Amino acid sequence: MPGKLKVKIVAGRHLPVMDRASDLTDAFVEVKFGNTTFKTDVYPKSLNPQWNSEWFKFEVDDEELQDEPLQITVLDHDTYSANDAIGKVYIDIDPLLYSEAATVISGWFPIYDTIHGIRGEINVVVKVDLFNDLNRFRQSSCGVKFFCTTSIPKCYRAVIIHGFVEELVVNEDPEYQWIDRIRTPRASNEARQRLISLMSGELQRKIGLKVLEMRGNAVVGYLQCFDLEGESGLVVRAIGTVCTLDKLSNTSAFLPACNSPSKEMKEIPFNEDPNPNTHSSGPSTPLKNQTYSFSPSKSYSRQSSSSDTDLSLTPKTGMGSGSAGKEGGPFKTLLRQQTQSALEQREFPFFTLTTFPPGFLVHVGGVVSARSVKLLDRIHNPDEPETRDAWWAEIRQEIKSHAKALGCHAVVGYSESTSICEEVCILSASGTAAVLNPRFLQDGTVEGCLEQRIEEASPPGCGFCHIPYDELNMPFPAHLTYCYNCRKQKVPDVLFTTIDLPVEAIVIGKGCLIQARLCRLKKKAQAEANATSISNLLPFMEYEVHTQLMNKLKLRGMNALFGLRIQITVGENMLMGLASATGVYLAALPTPGGIQIAGKTPNDGTYEQHISHMQKKINDTIAKNKELYEINPPELPEEIIGSPIPEPRQRSRLLRSQSESSDEVTELDLSHGKKDAFVLEIDDTDAMEDVHSLLTDAPPPSGFYSCNTEIMPGISNWTPEIQMFTAVRVSRLGNINLTNQTLNKNFNDLCENLLKSLYFKLRSMVPCCLCHVNFTVALPEDELVQIAVTAVAITFDKNQTLQANKAPTEKSQQRASTDNEEQLQFPLELCPDPLASQPSLPAKEVLEGATSQTGIPAAQRDRCNSWIELIKLKAQTIRRGSIKTTASLDKTSPLAEGYLRHRSVPSCTNSTVSVVKMTPLSFLPGAKITKYLGIINMFFIRETTSLREEGGVSGFLHAFIAEVFAMVRAHVAALGGNAVVSYIMKQCVFMENPNKNQAQCLINVSGDAVIFVRESELEMLPVQPSTVVSQPTSSGGDVTT
Amino acid sequence: MTSDLDIFVGNTTLIDEEVYQLWLDGYTVSEAVSRRLRGGLLERSGTSVSVLQSDTRDHFRTFQMLERLLHSPPRLCQQLLFQIPPPRQAALIQGYYAFEPALARELLGKKLSKGTKKELDEVSARTGLSLRACRRQFDNFKRVFKAVEELKGPLAELIQQHFLLPPPLARDYAAIVFFANSRFETGKRRLQFLSFGDLAACAQHMMGHWTQGAMTPEAAEPDGDVPRSFLQDLKELKVLVSDKDLLDQHKSLVCSALRGKISVYNEMETNFKALSRALVNVGLKLPHPRDVRDFFVDLVEKVLDPCRSDHWSLGDLRLFLGSYTTAPRALGGFRHQLLWERYMAGISACLLRMYHE
Repeated sequence: MPGKLKVKIVAGRHLPVMDRASDLTDAFVEVKFGNTTFKTDVYPKSLNPQWNSEWFKFEVDDEELQDEPLQITVLDHDTYSANDAIGKVYIDIDPLLYSEAATVISGWFPIYDTIHGIRGEINVVVKVDLFNDLNRFRQSSCGVKFFCTTSIPKCYRAVIIHGFVEELVVNEDPEYQWIDRIRTPRASNEARQRLISLMSGELQRKIGLKVLEMRGNAVVGYLQCFDLEGESGLVVRAIGTVCTLDKLSNTSAFLPACNSPSKEMKEIPFNEDPNPNTHSSGPSTPLKNQTYSFSPSKSYSRQSSSSDTDLSLTPKTGMGSGSAGKEGGPFKTLLRQQTQSALEQREFPFFTLTTFPPGFLVHVGGVVSARSVKLLDRIHNPDEPETRDAWWAEIRQEIKSHAKALGCHAVVGYSESTSICEEVCILSASGTAAVLNPRFLQDGTVEGCLEQRIEEASPPGCGFCHIPYDELNMPFPAHLTYCYNCRKQKVPDVLFTTIDLPVEAIVIGKGCLIQARLCRLKKKAQAEANATSISNLLPFMEYEVHTQLMNKLKLRGMNALFGLRIQITVGENMLMGLASATGVYLAALPTPGGIQIAGKTPNDGTYEQHISHMQKKINDTIAKNKELYEINPPELPEEIIGSPIPEPRQRSRLLRSQSESSDEVTELDLSHGKKDAFVLEIDDTDAMEDVHSLLTDAPPPSGFYSCNTEIMPGISNWTPEIQMFTAVRVSRLGNINLTNQTLNKNFNDLCENLLKSLYFKLRSMVPCCLCHVNFTVALPEDELVQIAVTAVAITFDKNQTLQANKAPTEKSQQRASTDNEEQLQFPLELCPDPLASQPSLPAKEVLEGATSQTGIPAAQRDRCNSWIELIKLKAQTIRRGSIKTTASLDKTSPLAEGYLRHRSVPSCTNSTVSVVKMTPLSFLPGAKITKYLGIINMFFIRETTSLREEGGVSGFLHAFIAEVFAMVRAHVAALGGNAVVSYIMKQCVFMENPNKNQAQCLINVSGDAVIFVRESELEMLPVQPSTVVSQPTSSGGDVTT
Repeated sequence: MTSDLDIFVGNTTLIDEEVYQLWLDGYTVSEAVSRRLRGGLLERSGTSVSVLQSDTRDHFRTFQMLERLLHSPPRLCQQLLFQIPPPRQAALIQGYYAFEPALARELLGKKLSKGTKKELDEVSARTGLSLRACRRQFDNFKRVFKAVEELKGPLAELIQQHFLLPPPLARDYAAIVFFANSRFETGKRRLQFLSFGDLAACAQHMMGHWTQGAMTPEAAEPDGDVPRSFLQDLKELKVLVSDKDLLDQHKSLVCSALRGKISVYNEMETNFKALSRALVNVGLKLPHPRDVRDFFVDLVEKVLDPCRSDHWSLGDLRLFLGSYTTAPRALGGFRHQLLWERYMAGISACLLRMYHE
């Protein structure tokens, strides 16, 4: 009996009128967890009932705690007929299950009904008493932390990054053909919501078990997706990166021993003995490491498969689970034959992270991706989801071999996705092949070749660009030069990656969002024929998307892409490809050559003229873009660049492209990829269209920048104002005589117009940058294209942009120092008497961080300021004398939270709603995340049978998305948080039937609930809360102000 | 390629003040778009008409969703659906409850009923406001009226509490509620020169001086009505004009006080009895619901018009009213000093406001 869940229903407000006669409602509440249900009394005749119930107690297994959501139903009591449901609230209690996160869930939740939307609010308090359970064979994995964030969360330190974890569960979809049974009562929607909630709980628990077996304590970059396979079922799958994380405040004890904050930060990863004080799970010596050295992939998958079968025997869930059980066989034998390096021992050396601790990423090879087309068949036995598992294993294997071909041992920035249309499913996986520093990984044993590479000590800022593969045995035709930064190693001419721009990278100018858009018609076909035609189309699409990206990159005078995401969507009669990435100019890579146009009929005078006109236009665009994005690489003498290159042929090409003369167009080498100057051959009208479309991409209006990565290269002085938004458009491709060209143009216009309207809407925020712009394309019906965009607009200070191009070392120093501040502020605050334990160092450290930020030499101001700081600290501890004990009792910084809550009460006197920020990024500009409260993973269905009355499709979806935001915010606020980071809308499935006046939409969102503190407030914090808390004691007379 | 569905939802609800005003003014989406185009927005932001249309539609949709909440502003502050910073919420509420004085002037003293609502198209034609805007403003009046109808306490404060309006706006609404309760006639041609501001100020003065709330905050009667007891007592003032002696004494007291101080002394002296009779009679009519309607007409016709035709200055009127009010203190045999001064304070304030030289 390892847990007791306690729930209290406090009150309701703004309930809908359920009794027309009295214009009032007789509301009561049912609280359900697992199979136990409690009821409150009926609160008669009120729209604002005050139930103030007793504590309802559920005594449950922790396994159940992880799987089940708490279900709260508000009903209207009716004496003569059945009670009418008003709506429901599902609360995921997972955040209460690990000790560092929230301790209580308490607040107002919107009461949600799948037919009517939000109908009033209910105030609920939820607590969990968890008893320790040391049973090794337990089925639960309470205590494993989950993060959607694809980097090491801000207030943690990665002790070990273990590697890839995956799991999937399948079930039958309770309602797979909604349109046929459109009059489905809300019960059907609710069954579906509940099932998915259960499945994701189960999935998370199983992943947690794997994490514990890998001896990690957290999953970072957790990505959970649903595949609505229609008749063949419902798949919930997840991937993530297992880590052993250490809360940063724990390390503060030995931190002051280090003099320079920046040095300290850099050394943490290399520390042989990283956690001397607290952690038990992390191995501390290489020798001890050996004792753990079971092959992680093998053992954990076996164990989990056995646990899976155990699970399937438990009667309460009728669903199955998947795992690398039987199907893993051949791969493992394959593995055994291989010489094993630290990474190769893993089944899949994949990492879902996109940002890494400094020094982790050694070299980057390039993007690897794999797709496969599958025919869905009914999942006859949900307990044996092997087929789905095998499909993914196959793809992952392919990714792995691609990475190997690039001379890389790992794949970073890894993600998986699907696109389903009828019974055809495209599975996609992509990532960036990379060589990693093994010191971060569990197995300390380092292979010779790996070790060697690292010992070479690649210079910061360009090391990751250096090719990991063998120059003489290149996997693909590439054009290598010596690195423009260190001139020691070879680099490719362009670099495509799926990760974020490493902090240490040296970038010239700013970045920009680059998209490749493509449509291909396909014949309507059934089953196998359909799958075959799709498989045949895929390589062409990939090729064209790649070409478009390359052209657009060159057109902007840039040489690298980060955050590349290629999405291929399948519809009934077409395929759509949308690739988004952030283009930058990496100082280490060569200057990209221009684009040259060549015509097929050189004798035709007018044609020639036209070509040269186009050429001029392109050259102008490139020049304009270079100016726009401030790309002014330092001019290098050509000899220096050219001389190390042995082949004279290549050298001449290089020179030619540098001079950008267009008179050499006649001598063409069409095997592109081998040359600098990119040649576009115009041989028919199609190609002409392509060139035109290249030039139609309008640059963002002045004051706007956009990117799809976390940070915008070249902008660092963010101001705290952010605006997260979701925009959705559905367009009808009306024509019957569609051609690829018109389709392409329509699709292109759709995307461009959408971007344009975003810029227009957000014009009041200028200067600002749209970050993490995430497009998703769906083809819900024959002629419909749906595009959903989620992004965040962040304002920045224009006046300081000049300072933005700081040397990267300076930047990393800055980062380190701010991180240090983060570590210190809170321990300091809570330490009952900081003066006794560490006389002057902490204050000094903090100060150093602050001063180095403002750019004033720290040493000069050091002495007097630290003196002032000391006085402040002293005063504070004296003042806080009476409340000291209560403050230090709590696990983290209760003062910070109290202060925060106090502050977040808006100035509007009647308002009690606290502001919750949402962002797809992992950070909030100008703020520090002080606590992670747990993962938010919510799934909602909304349906209407009165579409016109709700304002048509736009009104319906607008309201629904607003409701989803509201419910996410309410949950975060109830956890005590004030922001969601790494927010993502993973699914938005919209279906309409205007003739029947009906529509339905499914939305799945996730993110990390956090508490943040503004940096400006943080400085005041040590003083401010004491005044807040000391108010009661002031009567005692021990406060002097 | 037509867009069937086109939405934008921000975590913080995006509100464009210009578009909000267009919506409040009752324009349709296409009218609003053409207005925005005329404002030169296209040139400034370098965008296309379709973008502008989509933006306008989006905003209008948001406002329609917000409208339900704006009907009860405290709910707007408590609701979770739209995250709007409190200053923005206040601006939204203020914008929604702002009204055109010309429209309010038309409606003053009318019953806020369905019948009146049906006449709004005429009002719309007269004021140049769109019918939609007229309806919204009318509904606002009615909503506020209904909300405070049964409540007790100072009217303006009640309205401020229930609708979170800024104090000046709440006072204006209080005036509208006061007029709706009292049903004073204000539509006569003779009264057309009085603006909404004038009448609202009068209402505030009357409430301020006469209603129970002004005397004791926890009064038993709603503020929108002048208490009956006070009105009944006004009958006692009759002696001031019916008793010849008192009238004469009153006159001589005022005359001696004002001699040399006002420019229109002679005119005042000759007109004193007529003025005094008019001023007292207005009070005597107040207890009779049928005669109440004539309150403003009487004040204008019997007090202000004679003054105006004699070219009194505002200062003259002020001085006269001042001594006229205080003089009875010296009147032997007049026992209703407090009642008199309370009554005259209200009347004087109204007259001074209404007197346009």
